[in-house]
Amino acid sequence: MALLDVKNLGVTFATNDGTVTAVNGVSFSLERGETLGIVGESGSGKSQLSFAIMGLLAKNGRATGSVCFKDQEILNVAPSVINALRAVHISMVFQDPMTSLNPYMRVSDQMAEVLTHHQGMSKTDALKACVQMLDAVKIPDSKGRIRLYPHEFSGGMRQRVMIAMALLCRPDLLIADEPTTALDVTVQAQIMALLRELQAEFGMATILITHDLGVIAGFCRNVMVLYGGQVMETAPVDPLFESPSHPYTRGLINAIPRVDTQGETLVTIPGTPPNMLRAPKGCPFAPRCAYAAEDCDDHLAPLTTFAPGRLRACNRSLKDLA
Amino acid sequence: MFSFIARRLLVAVPTLLILIVISAVLMHAAPGGPFNSERKLSAEVVANLQAKYGLDQPLYVQIWTYIRDLVLHFDFGPSFKYKDRTVNDIIAQGFPVTLVYGFWSFVIATILGIGAGVIAAIRQNTPTDYLVLSVAIIGAVLPGYVIAPILVLVFTLKLGWLPGGGWEDGEWRYLVLPVIALSTGYIASIARLMRSSMLETLNSNFVRTARAKGLPEWKVITRHVMKPALLPILSYLGPVFVGMITGSVVIDMYFSTGGIGKSFVDSALNRDYSVMLGVTLLVGALTIVFNLIVDVLYAFIDPKIRY
Amino acid sequence: MVTAKLRAGDLSRITDMAEVKGRSLWADARKRFLLNKAAVASLLVLIIITLFSLSGEAIAPWTNEEIDFNVIGSADTKGMPSLESGHYFGTDDLGRDLFARSAQGTRVSLMVGFVGTFIAVLVGTVYGAVSGYVGGRTDAIMMRIVDILSAIPYMFVLILLLVMFGRSMFMIFVGIGLLSWLGMARIVRGQTLSLKHKEYIEAARASGVSSWKIILRHILPNLLGVVAVYTTLLIPDMIMAESFISFLGLGVQEPLTSLGALIAEGSKAIVQGSLWQLYFPLAFFTVTLYAFYFVGDGLRDALDPKDR
Repeated sequence: MALLDVKNLGVTFATNDGTVTAVNGVSFSLERGETLGIVGESGSGKSQLSFAIMGLLAKNGRATGSVCFKDQEILNVAPSVINALRAVHISMVFQDPMTSLNPYMRVSDQMAEVLTHHQGMSKTDALKACVQMLDAVKIPDSKGRIRLYPHEFSGGMRQRVMIAMALLCRPDLLIADEPTTALDVTVQAQIMALLRELQAEFGMATILITHDLGVIAGFCRNVMVLYGGQVMETAPVDPLFESPSHPYTRGLINAIPRVDTQGETLVTIPGTPPNMLRAPKGCPFAPRCAYAAEDCDDHLAPLTTFAPGRLRACNRSLKDLA
Repeated sequence: MFSFIARRLLVAVPTLLILIVISAVLMHAAPGGPFNSERKLSAEVVANLQAKYGLDQPLYVQIWTYIRDLVLHFDFGPSFKYKDRTVNDIIAQGFPVTLVYGFWSFVIATILGIGAGVIAAIRQNTPTDYLVLSVAIIGAVLPGYVIAPILVLVFTLKLGWLPGGGWEDGEWRYLVLPVIALSTGYIASIARLMRSSMLETLNSNFVRTARAKGLPEWKVITRHVMKPALLPILSYLGPVFVGMITGSVVIDMYFSTGGIGKSFVDSALNRDYSVMLGVTLLVGALTIVFNLIVDVLYAFIDPKIRY
Repeated sequence: MVTAKLRAGDLSRITDMAEVKGRSLWADARKRFLLNKAAVASLLVLIIITLFSLSGEAIAPWTNEEIDFNVIGSADTKGMPSLESGHYFGTDDLGRDLFARSAQGTRVSLMVGFVGTFIAVLVGTVYGAVSGYVGGRTDAIMMRIVDILSAIPYMFVLILLLVMFGRSMFMIFVGIGLLSWLGMARIVRGQTLSLKHKEYIEAARASGVSSWKIILRHILPNLLGVVAVYTTLLIPDMIMAESFISFLGLGVQEPLTSLGALIAEGSKAIVQGSLWQLYFPLAFFTVTLYAFYFVGDGLRDALDPKDR
């Protein structure tokens, strides 16, 4: 049985201007210990997808479909049910470590409350465990630093604290939502190395959400490409980079700046992501796609397997794209 | 922490001094002395009176004497109207009264305002929320001098439950209407402020983190939301304090509670400058001290403020 | 075929964007304000109240000073509102027509509100803009002064000034206005600080435009939105301040009157049971204040870029 099974997940938001569709019919499953990368540009719905799994959608958000964790439905369930899973079985690391930690609480209190609440530990035992976890994420002088407030840490250190906090109960699944976006490039590399190490050590399944294909390449076994709230392509990392099967993925890969092609202008995908207030009927990428034809505005072919472990959703055949 | 308090004091003391100097100058430079009132006094009497109150001295001597007595002895000088009473006497009589109903109004406004705001925020966009909001909007526009007559009309004249005025050493029945009249507007504005500050905090990233930890909602609110949401309220307490002192003037006038506001209005109608100034200075000093307390409390709560 | 399709898509996207950008800030704000029903209704109410305050005395069969000798001495039994006697809102204890006096009081209150606010806005905007634009030590000192002044309980000072320098309408206007500019100054300073580093200001400075000209031409026009919102919210505060003073009997003097003075009289009269003396001024007072608040709220929602 799969650890996480997402079926036809949809997320919509009721706004003053109308209903915004953020995620539209996304399905995937994840085995224990597996690493999945979800790639997409801003507004592709990747963050809302993770919030939906965690039950953390904003008040005006509505999730449809099904999310099963260890064969238990966890979408739209009672707060007590999902609360028992959060932090213990499914943990999350957020995008912005500057604002994701409570600025008015000492790091010790913020970390310890996870253990005292879920595992009934005493405050002293919890603090000991927290210090150990801070050591594991390589925060120097963890015993002294745990007493500090978040603003007394640098951005990278704060993200380490976030990661340590997420791993306190040794969850089966870790969702990291753009964990390095808000950080300096050198710090990004350190955090990704740390995540890789911890993933190997603890063996939890991990979903890494990012807009950066470079980050995906070094971390994940499988990749899911999201555009306009829909899955465009799913593939193991190597084949995806070698032979992307979707025009959008191709665009993404071509847009990665390369050191060996100095002096050339950077490649971009022309146009902007669709306005999800008026979700397109057909393929969301059609207006920007060089291979699009009339039928693309009308409908999008369902996600289909065309090679072992590889799925794509595109009206054009692979031959058309060649 | 101590250096923070010291620095705040360094600001507060000059402010107070400036207030004293400005008022002293104002008082002594004001056109029309206290004695050219209704009755025509003989030149001799006026001269005697002026000598008694030191008004025959040069202006700078008068101002200096006033400041010296005030700073060294907390002595606001004699009343210009009542020959046998000093400003200190008059203040000592009215101030305790103001303090009693002011204290209750302040406490009640804070507690009820915060409570209503929290409930409205937690139940956002439900009938409860709309009820709190509309009552708050109505209350915010009703000043004490509008509420007071309505209260008396209903509770004294129609229902006969509570006395419509008097003090009786602060017996509770005499306290109820003044306290309601003084606190209603602030309950409303605190509730509105608390609601919006609570909603803002509830939408912040660290609250999402707290929820992702699997804490039940009440724990998220008590441990993570309350403290940051209360900070704007804390800053607002300064203006509330000033507003209540100002509002107490109306309470004293309407309910004949005999507080410091009564002394102020009486002295204003009698052109008794020394009492007016004494009250203004006292209120100013209280405001400065209160703001100092709020600042220190704020620094205690918000770890981002470096002392 | 494929390329043709792409161009068409491009074109429609470009025209889409042109359409979105074509609306100016003010047109946008007006549209949003007009969609806010409470604000528009309040604006209408305000216009009606203003018209009443201007023409009410002409409509009334009695003037505001005329004493109805049929009523005097027994206002509680004979002075009630009636169409027959021509006292549409009844009379006060002295037999003066409350309809005419309400119109007069509303006019005085509105006038204090507008003039006082005008002074406060003028002083506050100039002070705040200069402080924020000059910056540095000047800014620090100017803002320290504002801090010190805001620690002074201004209602007491205002009454003090009124008593010392006479209770004329002029003193009330100036006193209320001059003591209420602090908030305005703070807000304008904050906005100026953020405007100061915008590119077009830098460009103006780089091309040698004088500081005063930059403040007048570039900073002040961009402050208009904030100032407009704050002004609408300041007017009811001014009206409340004047009513407060008049309630204490320290404001405008007879035969002039204001809503605050009328409420004061009315609240004394409730003991005799002539409730209309309280109801009518109170109604005008609260309705006017609510209307200003709703208009102010509507303006804020319309102009606040955060909501976009």
